[in-house]
Amino acid sequence: MSEEIKNTITIDGKEIPFEEGQTIMDAALAADIYIPHLCHRPGLKPHGSCKLCTVDVNGRSASACTLPAASGQEIGNNTEALTEVRKTITQMLFVEGNHFCPACEKTGDCTLQAVGYHLDMLDGHFPQFYPRRELDASHESIVLDRDRCIMCELCVRASREVDGKDVFAITGRGIDAKLIVNSESGKLADTDITTDDLAAHICPVGAILIKEHGYETPIGRRTFDLHTIAEPGLEPVILRKGKHADEH
Amino acid sequence: MSTKKKVRVATTSLAGCFGCHMSFLDIDEAIVGLIEKVEFSRSPINDIKHCSPDCDIGLIEGGLCNAENVHVLKEFRENCKIVIAVGACAINGGVPAMRNHFTLKECLEEAYLDGVGVENPMIPDDVELPLLLSKVHPIHEVVHVDYYLPGCPPPADAFLKVLTDLLEGKEPSLPKEILHYD
Repeated sequence: MSEEIKNTITIDGKEIPFEEGQTIMDAALAADIYIPHLCHRPGLKPHGSCKLCTVDVNGRSASACTLPAASGQEIGNNTEALTEVRKTITQMLFVEGNHFCPACEKTGDCTLQAVGYHLDMLDGHFPQFYPRRELDASHESIVLDRDRCIMCELCVRASREVDGKDVFAITGRGIDAKLIVNSESGKLADTDITTDDLAAHICPVGAILIKEHGYETPIGRRTFDLHTIAEPGLEPVILRKGKHADEH
Repeated sequence: MSTKKKVRVATTSLAGCFGCHMSFLDIDEAIVGLIEKVEFSRSPINDIKHCSPDCDIGLIEGGLCNAENVHVLKEFRENCKIVIAVGACAINGGVPAMRNHFTLKECLEEAYLDGVGVENPMIPDDVELPLLLSKVHPIHEVVHVDYYLPGCPPPADAFLKVLTDLLEGKEPSLPKEILHYD
């Protein structure tokens, strides 16, 4: 007796298909279901660090961007409890950096901000850290403002996996973690990064910015002024196939 | 009671730029309808110096950068049933809080002694000047805040919506399209 096993998972009661090798996030994105995330970008190796994509899989918490989809998974995504936890994570990200939206070129195009809107975040709730972090404006066309870095490592992975350059890395742990630049001086100007690199454009917040282009689109007419992040197709998809941990 | 008592609203700008107040005034002619239902207590709009003890709503713009800000905020909390943190600075310190990366001494020296184009370098120390706090703080770190109205500034429609909701006895809410941090 043969019974065909259907390759489907259920997210918030909706049955969606998946293909072998896809994560829950891959399957959700393909089905236009939004699971909040910051450190994930299709085409780059999943990182599983921001924990915003935490979903409830058959009663257990797991990161949607790293857990392979498997038949029969009953997944809770848009639940009240998860929204509360995700909002708390987002608030912690806001207070531990220096996220002054009105003074940031990225405002309106910032994924962190858009996630805040999505989760109805009104305040940082926790005491502000106001850390002092180093600004690197040495490069002629790219600025690195660590005040806004959320350590998602998208630039690290983009540089390594797509640009083949290895310009960025995170050093230190916990509250001492920081984004560093791989050059003798530690300055961006002494690396071979260019504005053609994915790493120069992938930053979800305002930490890596292209100089002299910040206000080409006026505030009020930017992506998340006009759309919510939950609308499908907003994120540019990098087509390069990343190698998953379970592949050899 | 023959005439319905008006809802009493007080407003202030602490370490802010008055941009939130300007945006509030951008409700334009809607203020005519509003003024039939509310009256203003302490506010820069009417220059009343202190809150009457029975204010219903206090709108606080700006964070806390000096001792006077703290006194004013406490006066609002003591006299207003509902305190609303209005705008980015009240909520997270905003642009004034960018000085928190430096010591107060460094800030004063840069502004009044070593800055470009400074004439007669001298750090002001008049007794009339409120003492600066060593760091700028959002208001919820000092008093209980009932509601947050984000934005830099919050749009006029957001002010109107929040006040209208409160006047109608509803929990204030904003449509997602006008929730912005910038």
